[in-house]
Amino acid sequence: MAALTEEQNLLKEQAKTWAGEEAPVAKFREMRDRKTEAGFDKATWAGIGELGWPGIVVPEAFGGVDMGHLTFGVVLEELGRQLTASPLLASGLVGANALRLAGSEAQQSAWLPGIADATAIVTLAVDERPHHAPYGTALQAEKTGAGYRLSGEKKHVLEGGSADAFVVVARTGGKPGDAEGLSLFLVEAGQGGVSSQRLTLADSRGYANVNFDGVEVGADALLGSEGGAAPVLDQILDRARAGLAAEMLGVAGQSFDMTLDYLKNRVQFGEVIGGFQALGHRAAECFTKLELTRSCVEAALQAIDEAGDSHSQELALLCSLSKAKAGDFLHHMSNEMIQLHGGIGVTDEFDAGLYLKRARATEATFGNASFHRDRYATLLGY
Amino acid sequence: MPDSTDALETFRGEARAWLEENFPKSIAHRGSELIGMEHVAEDADLDLWCQRLGAKGWATPTWPSEYGGGGLSQLEAEVLRKEMSALGAFNPLTVKAGMGITMVGPTILEYGTEEQKQRHIPPICRGEVFWALGYSEPNAGSDLASLQCKAEDKGDHWLVNGQKTWTSGANIAQWIGCLVRTDPDAPKRDGISFLILDMNQPGIETRPIELIAGASPFCETFFNDATTPKGELLGPLNGGWTVGKRLLQHERASQTGARGAGGAAAKKSIHALAKEYVGTDAEGRVADPELRTRITAHLMNAKAQNLTLSRMIAEARGNAKVSATASIMKNAASDVSQERAELAIEILGHSGLGWEGDPFEDHELEAVRHWLSGKAISIYGGSYEIQNNIIAKNILGLPESTQRG
Repeated sequence: MAALTEEQNLLKEQAKTWAGEEAPVAKFREMRDRKTEAGFDKATWAGIGELGWPGIVVPEAFGGVDMGHLTFGVVLEELGRQLTASPLLASGLVGANALRLAGSEAQQSAWLPGIADATAIVTLAVDERPHHAPYGTALQAEKTGAGYRLSGEKKHVLEGGSADAFVVVARTGGKPGDAEGLSLFLVEAGQGGVSSQRLTLADSRGYANVNFDGVEVGADALLGSEGGAAPVLDQILDRARAGLAAEMLGVAGQSFDMTLDYLKNRVQFGEVIGGFQALGHRAAECFTKLELTRSCVEAALQAIDEAGDSHSQELALLCSLSKAKAGDFLHHMSNEMIQLHGGIGVTDEFDAGLYLKRARATEATFGNASFHRDRYATLLGY
Repeated sequence: MPDSTDALETFRGEARAWLEENFPKSIAHRGSELIGMEHVAEDADLDLWCQRLGAKGWATPTWPSEYGGGGLSQLEAEVLRKEMSALGAFNPLTVKAGMGITMVGPTILEYGTEEQKQRHIPPICRGEVFWALGYSEPNAGSDLASLQCKAEDKGDHWLVNGQKTWTSGANIAQWIGCLVRTDPDAPKRDGISFLILDMNQPGIETRPIELIAGASPFCETFFNDATTPKGELLGPLNGGWTVGKRLLQHERASQTGARGAGGAAAKKSIHALAKEYVGTDAEGRVADPELRTRITAHLMNAKAQNLTLSRMIAEARGNAKVSATASIMKNAASDVSQERAELAIEILGHSGLGWEGDPFEDHELEAVRHWLSGKAISIYGGSYEIQNNIIAKNILGLPESTQRG
């Protein structure tokens, strides 16, 4: 494992400064209070587009900068610290990777430049139940004369209400639970039969249930091979998981910093509470877990970059490791944050609750820790 | 750049060629069998390897070559480590030297006089001497600074009286580094000095300590009018607390790799052990799903610990600085090692509780001893709680704790 490069450290500083000034948690709170329809601030998203971050994993030929996943992770972590809401992960990471890994040249040139400059939002529509289960897909894609007809519903689609297009995981064969028979389709939001219902979740971000009611698409809407999408879907999802884990690392890191700051300043029983050994040890254990989590997240992102466009079992293990570790630690840290802040921690006026709510939403997305432990064990054959 | 990629690749080639020529193939991949925590097996090829490795200076690869070290950069040492690992080679001298390579040597290199370096470092590099450390005392374990063993200035030498405990390998050591009280009137941290003593003298006696796992490398060590020349004071008079703390950072750094279950049990992965002793379901999964989950959580912890170790090496970028982060790694390594031993005992069931006798297999007997001896990991070298104090104070900048533990 290598350390961050100088370039990545510079970008980290840039992202930290930008998020602190242009998209701080106060701005997220204000957006939540306004109940913004999209679940993100349009001007903030445009600002992110100007910085070029949505194009970090987009090839240069399609308007991106192709700087890799560890670099993307550095940015996601810093935005995670401020709970900055935007489609950066859903479109810039997941949508871009779906097209990059499975899309044809024509599909890539149609969508990647828009993803890169933040003028188009492409998101993955995968889950159909409360839990992440990509192979559980039931949504049907029936073959028609000219192409396919899609029928079914996708739930909790990230930025589903604002997306211009969906990469839809559909079933062209087999039955729910099978890896065989899965196919990916690129479906535009404006297409006949596509409708979405905006969801309001505890973390106040943009989600929607998206209904595909006999949506007719041409054969050119298919991404990759018919019925054989499982391996590439795993690869897309693994990149999504490692990227989301980087954001979670930021959410957890900020929760830790705020808690540490409080321990250094809050006086009780005539002393700064951080001097109480019982609390100092809890802080030390949180910090140890934070360091361990960071290693897992950076190792997964680095391994993705080293693998190029290929995938391996070792890489899958690292991605599941990073998501499970980030999930466990963020869960723990966000709870510790509330408890160590005492009464103020449970007031809406203080930010701790915003971090707790975001923590649970990210834990549930793209597989929670249980999902990834099961996958890890299965991959290792026991 | 001394460590440019090209230069490192050249070094990799040289290291590989030297290892292929000098490392006896008969002992390849037999490291854990031939050297345990504090013992080295009798084996002619192992002896030969110790000699060659010591003569080359590669048992202490980053130490200065003028004292018998390898003179390599951290990055070159990392390349060497990888090349050794690829061939199944290992470094037995870190065990043969006792605390010499891992703790005392780096401290002498940092604080020693030229004479001390020339006297003590070369034999350590060659693995010729075994070093013990006299830190803990019966009434000063975690509260190290309250130690009482005293050294009096007798003009040309020091006169030492008192007792130490938990002195690993004191019964076989040639040298011991001790923290002793040289000023009984000073505040407790200000009256301590670091003294080096020759173990082969009538004034020093050792008595082994039996532990819950059975025999142990630990001893009680008694000093009755023991002596050492004035020139064996390491670092400043009454400045031993700083020297001693520095040595402890090296100790923690040396304990940051999870040892895992040693011996035969370590040859099998914990999940293979579970499949064998607990059984599998129709899909080939470990039959007890709750155990399967805990095994996975453990494997993830072990992987995280391992990745963190390599990240910290990478971030040090060739800088050998040992820092407070060693405390994080020591606690993480204790967790992983103890977790694995507990899981192994649980998985083996009654077969994992055999104490001695033929009905038990060797690896089963080893598992129970390993589980018990592993309980010491989170106590020695500064307990889990002491490490957390260090993290809280030195890394996180929290105030000195008001309730001591």
